[in-house]
Amino acid sequence: MLASFIIVFREVLEAGLIVGIVLAATAEIPRRAPYLWGGLLAGFAGAGLVAAILGELTDAFAGNGQDVFDAAILGFAVLMLGWHAAWMSRHGREMANQMREMGAEIAAGHRTMLAMAAVIAIAILREGSEVALFLYGIATAAPLGAAALISGGMLGVLTGGAVSWALYRGLLAIPLKHLFGVTSTLIALLAAGMAGQAAALLANDNYIPALGYQLWNTSWLLSTGSIAGKAAQALLGYSDRPMGIQLLIWVITLFSLLWLSHRASRPQTLHRQET
Amino acid sequence: MAEKDIIFSRLALSLAAAATALPAMAAPLHLVLESHHFTPDHITVPAGKRFKLLVTSHDTTPDEFESPDLRVEKILMPGQTITVMAGPLSPGRYKFYDDYHPESAHGIVEAK
Repeated sequence: MLASFIIVFREVLEAGLIVGIVLAATAEIPRRAPYLWGGLLAGFAGAGLVAAILGELTDAFAGNGQDVFDAAILGFAVLMLGWHAAWMSRHGREMANQMREMGAEIAAGHRTMLAMAAVIAIAILREGSEVALFLYGIATAAPLGAAALISGGMLGVLTGGAVSWALYRGLLAIPLKHLFGVTSTLIALLAAGMAGQAAALLANDNYIPALGYQLWNTSWLLSTGSIAGKAAQALLGYSDRPMGIQLLIWVITLFSLLWLSHRASRPQTLHRQET
Repeated sequence: MAEKDIIFSRLALSLAAAATALPAMAAPLHLVLESHHFTPDHITVPAGKRFKLLVTSHDTTPDEFESPDLRVEKILMPGQTITVMAGPLSPGRYKFYDDYHPESAHGIVEAK
């Protein structure tokens, strides 16, 4: 039971940390609930679908199908996070004040919420398909002994969900004027980590140059095999043995998103003076 | 125009060369997962070289070949063979395991 708890908890935590940040980053967007639920459900459905076709997926791209698929959805999530960063930079702070009721802003909020729903769906799909196959394996291998393992898994889902919820609530405790700055930095780190992971996957399969397979090794300090290491990987893109290309793409993505979300201050001031 | 073409094709060639300039590759090694055990569970690879593992599952349920040391995480369906690329490693011992059955299915890659 403990083993299945740990495996499921780890996967749920990885997805949940991302979801928690997305929840906090969209806290000020009106009428977001349907998108969040939509993203969640799409993620569950996607996880089931990927689990069901995983054998075929693995054999695609000359046996690199899992990596290519993972890199592709990570890349898509990065684009969606970039879109959100650019949008929030123009509308984020205003929304906290007077823009809530304006129809145009809500329409724009609709688009960025679609983007963020996609990020939620991707986060859940990636980890959820692993959990689904793990639980499926348990259930088919030992139907009689499965109860304890399944309840361990369920406990893992609940605990992982609770930690993610705590992260979300904790972020919301940040005063509103700082919340935007904190969440936009977290979103930038999240996107940088995803982009770096995608690059490492493609480089490991020789699609792109690795620019050094191992720049350094900090596994003695924080191993990506540990739960803390996995959390740092999900949140910050931490790798204990980063590739050159991974670091390069991480830096480029981080600064692009930070630039996208901070470029805003000026036009926003202008906008305020007009209204 | 021709000159431009030449420049572009040279650029493309040098990019392709950079992309394919990979470290020496060792011969692929085969691993089998059966009854949630790896056979062999201790393999030796040359240090400083990229290497390829072919992992075949004879289990009846899904397995996940995982190793933070080798930076690998790949699911195997029953009966399937997956390709795992890793390295170059500095001399030492590196753990791998089946994340779905970590107590029984684990092994060591030794780089010499």
